[in-house]
Amino acid sequence: MDTSEDILQQASPGLIPGSGTARAAKVTRLSPSFISWLQAGPMMLVFLAFFLIPLVFVVIVSFWDYNEYQLLPAFSGRGYTDTFEGCIAQLPDLCTIAKTYLKTLKLCFLVWVITLFIGFWVAYFLAFHVKSKTWQMGLSLLCTIPFWTSNVIRMIAWIPLLGRNGLVNSGLVKSGLINHPLEWLLFSEFSVVLALVHLFTFFMVVPIFNSMIRIDKSLIEAAYDAGATGFQTLVNVIIPLAKPGIVIGSIFVITIVMGDFITIGVMGGQQIAAAGKIIETRVNALQFPAAAANAVILLIITFLIITMMSRIVDIKKEL
Amino acid sequence: MTETTRTKGVSRRTLLKGTAGLAGLAAGSGAITGFPYVKSAETKVLRYLGTAVNEGDDISKQCLKDTGIKIEYITATTDDVTKRVMTQPNSFDVLDTEYFSLKKIVPSGNILALDARKIKEFDNITPVFTKGETPGGKKIGGQGTAPWKVLYLEGKDSKKFATSATEFVTLIPTVYNADTLGIRPDLIKRPISSWSELLNPEFKGKASILNIPSIGIMDAAMVVEATGKYKYADKGNMTKEEIDLTMKVMTEAKKAGQFRAFWKDFNESVNLMASGETVIQSMWSPAVTKVRSMGIACTFQPLKEGYRSWASGFCVSKGVSGAKLEWAYEFVNWFLSGYAGAYLNRQGYYSAVLSTAKAHMEPYEWAYWMEGKPAEKDIKAPDGSLLEKAGSVRDGGSYEDRMGGVACWNAVMDENDYMVRKWNEFIAA
Repeated sequence: MDTSEDILQQASPGLIPGSGTARAAKVTRLSPSFISWLQAGPMMLVFLAFFLIPLVFVVIVSFWDYNEYQLLPAFSGRGYTDTFEGCIAQLPDLCTIAKTYLKTLKLCFLVWVITLFIGFWVAYFLAFHVKSKTWQMGLSLLCTIPFWTSNVIRMIAWIPLLGRNGLVNSGLVKSGLINHPLEWLLFSEFSVVLALVHLFTFFMVVPIFNSMIRIDKSLIEAAYDAGATGFQTLVNVIIPLAKPGIVIGSIFVITIVMGDFITIGVMGGQQIAAAGKIIETRVNALQFPAAAANAVILLIITFLIITMMSRIVDIKKEL
Repeated sequence: MTETTRTKGVSRRTLLKGTAGLAGLAAGSGAITGFPYVKSAETKVLRYLGTAVNEGDDISKQCLKDTGIKIEYITATTDDVTKRVMTQPNSFDVLDTEYFSLKKIVPSGNILALDARKIKEFDNITPVFTKGETPGGKKIGGQGTAPWKVLYLEGKDSKKFATSATEFVTLIPTVYNADTLGIRPDLIKRPISSWSELLNPEFKGKASILNIPSIGIMDAAMVVEATGKYKYADKGNMTKEEIDLTMKVMTEAKKAGQFRAFWKDFNESVNLMASGETVIQSMWSPAVTKVRSMGIACTFQPLKEGYRSWASGFCVSKGVSGAKLEWAYEFVNWFLSGYAGAYLNRQGYYSAVLSTAKAHMEPYEWAYWMEGKPAEKDIKAPDGSLLEKAGSVRDGGSYEDRMGGVACWNAVMDENDYMVRKWNEFIAA
């Protein structure tokens, strides 16, 4: 909530260029702050109607009770207590929710590290090595190829490739490198991470590329003139200036992976727990308050991660 | 950069022009077709909410031809159908759903019981539904939400299931089947005769079960009972201890790497089996047919402990009344009059009224699908594609043998909430 207002306040000076204010003042004498509210208003209303109000409902419902076929609008912490069932009683063993979140966080971390590494270098290549704008555009479009087919088809396509009798395994067996097909290629954490990286690296490339393209080339020349090595230039000039892009890309990837249950389901052979999966199972069993409670927990955890990241880089300042 | 902006602008403008043109076209055509609509304000339209099982273009086309009723399908998964009945009861007219959902749907008061006296073929509905036995007199297993337990209501607006026959019917039955494990005989190379084989270490990393808790738990219970570890009083209504025990057995198997994957929808189950990732798994009849039509050997294996069965039927939304309610009766009566029943039988399901379906099938088709006899001619699907070559026999044999061998029915348990939590724990283990 306060983030949006902060962004509004941050954005307002930038949104009103000098000439614009002058003209507005001449004609109607509206206060600049009123104009900035007016400009930000439509987005704020959309945000309020389609995000904040539904979110408030989710939080309210998460504290309701339920039976087999209906919601009971009476205060109940059942959605939460059920979710954390056994978390103390089962110690030192982990309860379901702890196991699920550890697994989700692990997958999320792996995907984040890998997409960041690949995404950074793809963006670096596009921004600094590709000179012509046309080629930059063309190559960026190439990065969108994974999005040309539907999510489901894209994932099903991995089975003939990574499966027990798939291309990779039969190639390896025929070449004599292994005797038995590798089972861990598919329906494993490996395949989940692979599919998620394949899907979401693009979300890392775009914001980082966007940050890099705005780096003043003369800064790099200056670093070179001052005797910096390529590595020093990268660490001291490029990475700090690309930080906003890195953080935005990271937020994209982390929020998507934390809530994902379709890719994890299909690629993990439905055997890997995911925070989103718990919500889906609960919704399908018509246990809406329990699903809402899990959604609130997921939201809080994701929000904590993002808050930590924005501590490292103040995006508002950088933009 | 400016150059690209300009091209973008142009393309957007062309796009806008294009869409405007299209909108104009749509409006124009609307005006033209709108004309006869005014006259035929009585077009009989029914919004039909259901899973894909009963829905076919052929069925709706034939229905329009025979009765003048236009069916608008609203297709969703079993879970989503139930969700929609609960949350948007006015968004459909006719509901096609499974008997086990009734334990949730009926108490919500969102559906209307149908009057048995207005259903022409009601007395010809197979005794599977009304008495719990096959036409040949074989007693059918009643564990779980067996249809005859939830077929009647005590009164018109009652939310209680009646223990004996009344004229108020919750769901007019349409289609049902007996499910079992699907296997790849070419990869297993030995006979399979028990549900316990699903946990046989011989198939480590090559087994699968479905990840829909209410159905998966039933398959799991069949397996646990077959291994001799426990005998349930009612698999379809377990106590908390029984749920714990069932999930413990399955969790141990999962941790030992018994399962290659779990599946959630039809296509996943087909892919797992066809690619050889699994050789034994819970499966649905049309999925087995699909694998076979790809030229891959796959058997819907009858097992000595029996089948897990399911059944679905029609009711109408609480909001339906007047003329629309009459159309709904007309539609249900048409559905039971033979064409649709024969269509479903040819897909490997069973129709609720056998006599009318038989009249719409060729004798050789009836002999293959219902009597378990070797096919005299090639067996074709409703769309004309080849299903089985002449001489083959249906897996599990005749209707009597298959339905007579049913051990339990899909169910919603009293401890459903606890079961769903335990299922999540099983997935996370």
